[in-house]
Amino acid sequence: MVQVAREKDSYLAALARLAESREGRDPAWLARLREEARTRFEELDFPTTRHEEWKYTNVAPILKVAYRHAVEIEAPAPGAEAVARFSFPESRRSQLVFVDGQLAPGLSDLSALPEGVTVGDLAAAAAAGDHVVREHLGAHADFRGDAFTALNTAMAGDGAYVHVPAGKVIEAPIHLLFVASAGGESVVAHPRTLIIAGRGAMATVVESYVALDDGVYFTNAVTEVVAGEGASLDHYRLQEESLRAFHVGTTQVRQERESRYASCAISLGAALARHNLDVGLADERVECSIDGLYVVTGGQHADSHTSLDHQRPHGASHQLYKGILDGRARAVFSGKILVREGALLTDARQLNKNLLLSPDAQVNTKPQLEIFADDVKCAHGATVGQLEDDEVFYLESRGLPPERARALLTYGFAEDVIGKIRLDSVRRHLDETVLARLHQSLEVR
Amino acid sequence: MLEIRNLHAVIDGNEILRGLDLAVGAGEVHAIMGPNGSGKSTLAKVLAGHPSYEVTEGEVIYQGKNLLELAPDERAREGVFLAFQYPVEIPGVSNANFLRLAYNETRKHRGEEELDPLEFDDLLREKMKIVEMDTSFINRSVNEGFSGGEKKRNEILQMAVLDPRLAILDETDSGLDIDALRIVAGGINQLARPDNAVILVTHYQRLLNYISPDFVHVLYQGRIAKSGGKELAHELERKGYDWLKGSVAAA
Repeated sequence: MVQVAREKDSYLAALARLAESREGRDPAWLARLREEARTRFEELDFPTTRHEEWKYTNVAPILKVAYRHAVEIEAPAPGAEAVARFSFPESRRSQLVFVDGQLAPGLSDLSALPEGVTVGDLAAAAAAGDHVVREHLGAHADFRGDAFTALNTAMAGDGAYVHVPAGKVIEAPIHLLFVASAGGESVVAHPRTLIIAGRGAMATVVESYVALDDGVYFTNAVTEVVAGEGASLDHYRLQEESLRAFHVGTTQVRQERESRYASCAISLGAALARHNLDVGLADERVECSIDGLYVVTGGQHADSHTSLDHQRPHGASHQLYKGILDGRARAVFSGKILVREGALLTDARQLNKNLLLSPDAQVNTKPQLEIFADDVKCAHGATVGQLEDDEVFYLESRGLPPERARALLTYGFAEDVIGKIRLDSVRRHLDETVLARLHQSLEVR
Repeated sequence: MLEIRNLHAVIDGNEILRGLDLAVGAGEVHAIMGPNGSGKSTLAKVLAGHPSYEVTEGEVIYQGKNLLELAPDERAREGVFLAFQYPVEIPGVSNANFLRLAYNETRKHRGEEELDPLEFDDLLREKMKIVEMDTSFINRSVNEGFSGGEKKRNEILQMAVLDPRLAILDETDSGLDIDALRIVAGGINQLARPDNAVILVTHYQRLLNYISPDFVHVLYQGRIAKSGGKELAHELERKGYDWLKGSVAAA
């Protein structure tokens, strides 16, 4: 354990310096929350492959790197032109930009948002005494059991805060853009996001992680989401980190009565990526759909862990996670569906499909169903396969050369998930990115 | 247009075609009939270049070229079209995109300019009228969730768009209701011209009520057992295929 303790030393030292510099500046409750998380982080170890939940994902490469702490770096923000390519036309005037975890007001534009909606910096909202932040920050994502979440919570400073009050409908999608810019330096950042949709509110949030260059860095992100009674929330998460970066992210969602939450989590970047998506279907008649796509090539590793916790009657959840693997890439899918005793008439469907384009690619898939209620409909399944010869032949027989036939089939496999995204420009961007990635991958081979 | 000589083909170690001879000229419609397992579908797939079948002997000359030396996609661009007995579903790829890509591959091959999506859309809508397909099929994934009849109509639509020189239709009449049969047959009739040829592979005579073949061949145990005019189809309908056993055994 000495080894692990040393891995934590740098973080603990940074946390100590941070506590000193923040002394007296933060509201007392936030200081207490951070301190509690810091204590917990000190007690917890980073997971190893001996932990069941981390069996196929070894985080040692992440911990080996000596990072500079983003919160301690005073770097000039990149120019607007440098980040323009990461914007989406639909959200050009409803985007909040963070560079290495720090809010970049000069790159953000929130002019399309209606009165009464809060989109801004989490720390500023906390300092201003926002009671919603106080009620929810750290209340959902469990920092007591997970070292990464504990670390993120202990660091919590700048972050994205979205509060759509009761009854508000926001048509412009809100884009939370996290840019890694550190150039030659290896930097660790801990982006924190809180999304609260009040009673009957409606909104679309795009959360994206991108990089200006191909540096080695570490993003340790935590997002908490609450969909209030009857609220409807579309949440797209685009992980497009540098191909040499590390990304660990947790999304913790709580759904109130009759709410609707639709998530689409896309994982394209990072040398090693892990995303935990936990949804608590906490009251009656909630609708939840979580879809995902991971595309990994070369030596990439992507791990998607999801958990759906059906707690009350008449809940419906639908999940489609698809993966495309090439080269020596690895992927992990673990999807848990828990149907608690009180969750009668639950309708839960889960499917994980994987396409292996190379004999050296490998996927570990583990769908899990735990049912403690009667009268429920649950279905789950997982497939791992290659392109079918009959499919390739069908396209060839229409005049498409074999490599184009294979690319089109692979694209179609991904499109099943991408097609669910309701923002044209996000869909187009993903179409192009996925095709380009597959194309590169074919060329390298 | 097509000359098949002494064709032998094997799948999984089983010889299915055992010395098949067939000549098809431009402007002709040939029907290939025969009992289940006689090699009808194998012939169709071998002509299209299905990789599961190995040709062990014989030759196929198509428009003066050795067809067997061409890859499946090259055959398609040279004008060979196979309407599949079981069309494949391609989730996530729209009919319009798929057909435009295929169409443009052939255009490129012929040294013609490719059509952009808007130009192609006009062409596609025109061709869809031939098979009486609703335009909502344009943006649906290829064959995904289509009924049996819709899949077969989609095959004929592809044929109409790609405008082949040699069309091979593998049991295109199976699984159709009467309306779909009429529509599919109508589509094939519209596409048969003096400069192209059609091979209809079918188990039943019913499609031939709508399409009048110039020649009917009976395939049995991997060879053409009997050839004749369209009256042969009627004879087969009356007599079935059992008489073949005796005639081949006698020969």
